[in-house]
Amino acid sequence: MTITEENNMTKEEIMKPENLVYQKPKLLNDNPMHYCPGCSHGVVHKLIAEVIEEMGMSEKAIGISPVGCAVFMYNYLDIDCQEAAHGRAPALATAIKRLWPDRLVFTYQGDGDLACIGTAETIHALNRGENITIIFINNAIYGMTGGQMAPTTLVGMKTATCPYGRDPEIHGYPLKMTEIAATLEGTCYVTRQSVHTVAAIRKAKKAIRKAFENSMQGKGSNLVEIVSTCNSGWKMSPEKANKWMEENMFPFYQLGDLKDTTL
Amino acid sequence: MAEEVVLMKGNEAIAHAAIRIGVDGYFGYPITPQSEVLETLAEQKPWETTGMVVLQAESEVAAINMVYGGAGTGKMVMTSSSSPGVSLKQEGISYIAGAELPCLIVNVMRGGPGLGTIQPSQADYFQTTKGGGHGDYHLIALAPASVQEMADFVKLGFDLAFKYRNPAMILADGVIGQMMEKVVLPEPRPRRTDEEIIKQCPWASTGCKGRKPIVITSLELDPAVMEQRNLHLQNKYAEIEANERRYEEIECEDAEYLIVAFGSCARIAQKAMEHAREEGIKVGLFRPITLWPFPSPEIAERAKQVKGILVVELNSGQMIEDVKLAVECNVPVHHFGRLGGIVPDPDEVVDALKEKLIK
Repeated sequence: MTITEENNMTKEEIMKPENLVYQKPKLLNDNPMHYCPGCSHGVVHKLIAEVIEEMGMSEKAIGISPVGCAVFMYNYLDIDCQEAAHGRAPALATAIKRLWPDRLVFTYQGDGDLACIGTAETIHALNRGENITIIFINNAIYGMTGGQMAPTTLVGMKTATCPYGRDPEIHGYPLKMTEIAATLEGTCYVTRQSVHTVAAIRKAKKAIRKAFENSMQGKGSNLVEIVSTCNSGWKMSPEKANKWMEENMFPFYQLGDLKDTTL
Repeated sequence: MAEEVVLMKGNEAIAHAAIRIGVDGYFGYPITPQSEVLETLAEQKPWETTGMVVLQAESEVAAINMVYGGAGTGKMVMTSSSSPGVSLKQEGISYIAGAELPCLIVNVMRGGPGLGTIQPSQADYFQTTKGGGHGDYHLIALAPASVQEMADFVKLGFDLAFKYRNPAMILADGVIGQMMEKVVLPEPRPRRTDEEIIKQCPWASTGCKGRKPIVITSLELDPAVMEQRNLHLQNKYAEIEANERRYEEIECEDAEYLIVAFGSCARIAQKAMEHAREEGIKVGLFRPITLWPFPSPEIAERAKQVKGILVVELNSGQMIEDVKLAVECNVPVHHFGRLGGIVPDPDEVVDALKEKLIK
């Protein structure tokens, strides 16, 4: 029902459940987020909260937060969480899921965490086919430590530790972990999404839901990469960062499903 | 019913004891001289009997972080390794200590530094008792001197770990891990049910059914709060030091000289003590069983009656520092050790005793 001059709804009417068009998920609490305005983390947190809630798994979910900006994920999601050392989240998740098979276990990792210091833990957990989901936030930079080069930093991209731009001769090439994950026998669902538009957010939510359901159905490992912005680290306005991501990140990190064995 | 006595290696005893006392998960990575722990578990297939999870990890780093994850959910989880592998585990051990989680780590020591040797050593005493990883923390460290103690200390280690919510380590060496002896394994008991774990471990992160969410973390950005957390840890360590010192004294009543040794060295020192006594030298053996907390008051008390102390270790002199601190220079304290994987003969110890203390 739309509000028009002729059909003026009272506040009470608007708030009736049948007229509700959106509400914050209950699992996303009211703590003020420390994320910068424009950051993708908040949106992805919200999607995770929505999916867990819709699956009815809030009392059976265990999240593993990484080292990096999302270390404080547990301050915003009202579920049980464990804080891992840098890169080790998939090892924690492996044990927790094997010891508590009916729990929904997921990790939330940035590019430095997943694609650099935790490359071994990530690849081996995925390749063992652990029934977990890895949410991979790829913003091509180390946000928490102040904008240093990440394993996914694009060639030519400037950061605090490659101030003249990433030079493959010096720094090597950006790593496409999601493409690697898609080649592993243990993975059942590997996808790359973004949250920069409403349509993208809806698709990302579907992907997270599918991954979480796969993990509960014992189908294997799931990796959901979210190509994200770090406008502070990139030194751009949120709007410009989104545009820069579309023009520079998406051609290299192409969106879409890379692997889906459940079809 | 008569106790069943079996013959096995120390490493095998660890594995069998773990299954029998109801350990929930073992996560490890092969390294000599302790690979029999994982091999025995794989051969026993406890996942088909007790439901115990056994997993060969991709590295010691991953294995200790699997332990961290499992420990955070209140399950009884453990890992084992040898010196170079235990170095890799130090990051995870620090996190586990910081998050105050119970778990068991077994170090079957070999000679270092570096890749070193696969032969026995006790050169990880400092690493075990003085930190190892970053930050102000302590492990509860148990030093077995027999295959029987390898089996017994699995349960003792977990009991202490859960009592104080602190990681415990069995600090063995290649001798104790590899040698075969008679052993009586612990009585089998079932693993705790998930419901029992949730009830017994209200601090565990198991899914927030009927309660507020629980976060397992060692992170605190506010230094004032972090100082309080550290002080809380220190209070706990003081309590452990007050209550959990363990040691064995052999023929110390009339001793004029004291040998202090732990683990396999205590076995050699006991034989040396017997040889010395045959020569009329009144020697006693003091064997610390807990290396942390160290039985300092007991050594200090025993030191009052002796003319000198010989600390025998498979290293260049590590535990001797704690013995010296305990006796506060009231009596001469000397060291005898062999390095790099050499295990001394009992008579070498007797010779060292005569040369360094009696002259």
